[in-house]
Amino acid sequence: MALIKVTIDGIETQVEEGTSILNAARSIGGKIVPPAMCYYSSLKGSGGKCRTCLVKVTQGSEKDPRPMPKLVASCSTNVMDGMVVENTASQDVIDARKSIVEMLLVNHPLDCPVCDQAGECSLQDLSYEHGLSTTRYEFERRKFDPIDIGDHIKLHMNRCILCYRCLMVGDQLTNEREHGIIGRGDHAEISTYLEKSVDNEFSGNVIDVCPVGALTDRTFRFKSRVWFSKPLNAHRECTTDKCSGKSVLWMSDNDVLRVTARKDQNNEVKEFICNTCRFDKKDVKDWVIEGPAHISRDSVISQNHYELPITHKYKALENTAKPQ
Amino acid sequence: MSKKLLLEHIDVPGINTYEVYRQKGGYASVEKALKSMTPETIVEEVKKSGLRGRGGAGFPAGMKWSFLAKPDGVPRHLLCNADESEPGTFKDRYLMEKIPHLLIEGMIVSSFALGANVSYIYIRGEYMWVSFILERAIAEAKANGFLGKNILGSGYDLELYVQVGGGAYICGEETALIESLEGKRGNPRMKPPFPAVKGLWQRPTVVNNVETIAAVVWILNNSGEDYAKIGIGKSTGTKLISASGNIKRQGVYEIELGLPVDEFLNSDEYCGGMANGKRLKAVVPGGSSVPILPAELFYKTANGDARLMSYESLADGGFATGSMLGSGGFVVYDEDACIVRNTWNFTRFYNHESCGQCSPCREGTGWMLKVLNKLEHGQGSMEDIDLLWDIQRRIEGNTICPLGDAAAWPVAAAIRHFREEFEWHVKNPKLCMERNYGLLESTKKFELVS
Ligand SMILES: Cc1cc2nc3c(=O)[nH]c(=O)nc-3n(C[C@H](O)[C@H](O)[C@H](O)COP(=O)(O)O)c2cc1C
Ligand code: SF4
Ligand code: FES
Repeated sequence: MALIKVTIDGIETQVEEGTSILNAARSIGGKIVPPAMCYYSSLKGSGGKCRTCLVKVTQGSEKDPRPMPKLVASCSTNVMDGMVVENTASQDVIDARKSIVEMLLVNHPLDCPVCDQAGECSLQDLSYEHGLSTTRYEFERRKFDPIDIGDHIKLHMNRCILCYRCLMVGDQLTNEREHGIIGRGDHAEISTYLEKSVDNEFSGNVIDVCPVGALTDRTFRFKSRVWFSKPLNAHRECTTDKCSGKSVLWMSDNDVLRVTARKDQNNEVKEFICNTCRFDKKDVKDWVIEGPAHISRDSVISQNHYELPITHKYKALENTAKPQ
Repeated sequence: MSKKLLLEHIDVPGINTYEVYRQKGGYASVEKALKSMTPETIVEEVKKSGLRGRGGAGFPAGMKWSFLAKPDGVPRHLLCNADESEPGTFKDRYLMEKIPHLLIEGMIVSSFALGANVSYIYIRGEYMWVSFILERAIAEAKANGFLGKNILGSGYDLELYVQVGGGAYICGEETALIESLEGKRGNPRMKPPFPAVKGLWQRPTVVNNVETIAAVVWILNNSGEDYAKIGIGKSTGTKLISASGNIKRQGVYEIELGLPVDEFLNSDEYCGGMANGKRLKAVVPGGSSVPILPAELFYKTANGDARLMSYESLADGGFATGSMLGSGGFVVYDEDACIVRNTWNFTRFYNHESCGQCSPCREGTGWMLKVLNKLEHGQGSMEDIDLLWDIQRRIEGNTICPLGDAAAWPVAAAIRHFREEFEWHVKNPKLCMERNYGLLESTKKFELVS
């Protein structure tokens, strides 16, 4: 395939035709990679919705150098030969991203202290990075009761940012999607058909793709803060069709607190695991241990200052969150 | 009387039936197109006519048609957008209800021009009875050989279906319409690819408004050149305007584009002027999404030219001092109308109708609504006005589809032109509560659902 040239924040690179701006940026790596809250490379059709990955195209292509009139979603805009893109180099992008983060927090409960996702939450990382731990929003946030969707998964709709990733897991990994989005706008919610349980060999993957703490593992809830457990890469000979058997065991001493699939440097799972591996194999003897797991560099947990951002957030919470 | 191209026979008794419609020259354009024209020559005529999309954006119809991809062996589709849900707009309903065969005739010739053998009319669920009218008209046209296999012996086949939507404004956005027609949740798609390349079932598709398709009939019966002679500049032909508000004669009018706004609002042929001796305060000239114009900027552009009912003249001055022709939903406000309440009401609509995919539109519309709610009920502060401005600015341009912009523009225009009125609400909390005519109750209810 033909290689084409693209420049992002002044760094030039060559990528295959049909590559998105986001993936081109990821191939360069570092600070110039736009954050992505809804795009997920292993889920077809994902992206375009959260708008955190907006960038500015200052030159469309070599042939047609006109800039694009609006900021574009880098996850769903393909590069053209000679395209010039600004991410953090553009004040417009920085401003727009701040706006988006603020919007994402409008209805977010900011209940990090009691959220199982704290420490590995993309929204927490995002707001930390953009210096926003609150919004100017002063009204009551939308409220839903947490529900159990099946034996293994808990849904906290309050925290959902409607990224649609879990729907794509339902469509693309399982034989039949058992949950969906009902309603529109800010009154939309993820739901199952009449609280039917989501119960399918691969349904547990919705937990891993959820960027926030909306879908969490019921078999792990409140056992420990993520950053107190030690992640180990492990695998097992799994007989489930299409299961990679490659996992991360989250250990406390010799106890397996939780099993997840492995995430790459972009915080994405490329090889999914089945529910048997995830929920039923909680004995170290079930697994072949490979060694300590590498955790995404950008995440709050891995920066060795877990306590710092979290307490910083508690403070913000005290000042802003009104009792509801 | 100005020229009537669409509504000429609207008052003829029985014009909704095939017999009467045919007696009045109906379906002549189908005979002409199928017997003496080719798809290419039809597209050429429509291009020459300068006809622009009547659904809101005003994109030239002929140009849209010529962009349609034509890969070998892949069926193409024409979809008629009859979702008409923009507050203030009710022209398509009038046309479909009164003279349904005009739309059917337009669909046949337009489908032929685009090489579509299966076409759809997507109509909003609240227009259920209109869908029955259309279905009856389709059955009549089919019984008379204008639909189905081998129409008029030309070898051209066309099936035409009416699909009723669930009643969502967002399904009027063309890619959401396509999703809905495919039986999915009506979320707008990311573009590109555009429908002209990958639309319904990933096939090349054209989506046009009811009025756009109906206008093609006159163009083929006469000529593109004749059509272009009507109207003014790039605003060719006639346009249906649905007029509402405190005027003497509300209703749907067909006007020649370029008519002075003064004449449209005040002459007895059209709106008949303000009712009850009230003075004009403001006009929303093109449906709820377009910026509101205060009376002085309505009659005259910032340069002092008389404002005309045309795409260009209404947009003169950009968003600073102008507005848009939009879908032709002409809403008139008299001196008693409260701009803050009107803005609150429009925002309530957009919040309710946002599909919720993009975070700025989903969360921003709800946020604006709550701030407006406060202001309208005398609980706002001066900072809230600035906050409101800031929120709309953060939505605009950052979303997948134009609904986000459509939610932001009315708020921006209201603050731009009527800031004192917002401030008045802050300074006179008691007075603005008194002017609430029981609206507070409905707000409370709304708070519960949102
Ligand atoms: C939120 C939204 C709602 C819309 N609703 C309608 C509608 O009800 N009817 C319509 O004809 N066009 C509507 N449009 C415009 C359509 O997307 C599309 O541009 C139009 O149907 C094209 O037809 P035209 O070129 O003949 O105007 C809407 C657009 C948006 C963004
Ligand atoms: S702008 Fe609003 S309505 Fe349009 S796609 Fe985004 S969320 Fe949906
Ligand atoms: S990651 Fe691109 S829009 Fe969400």
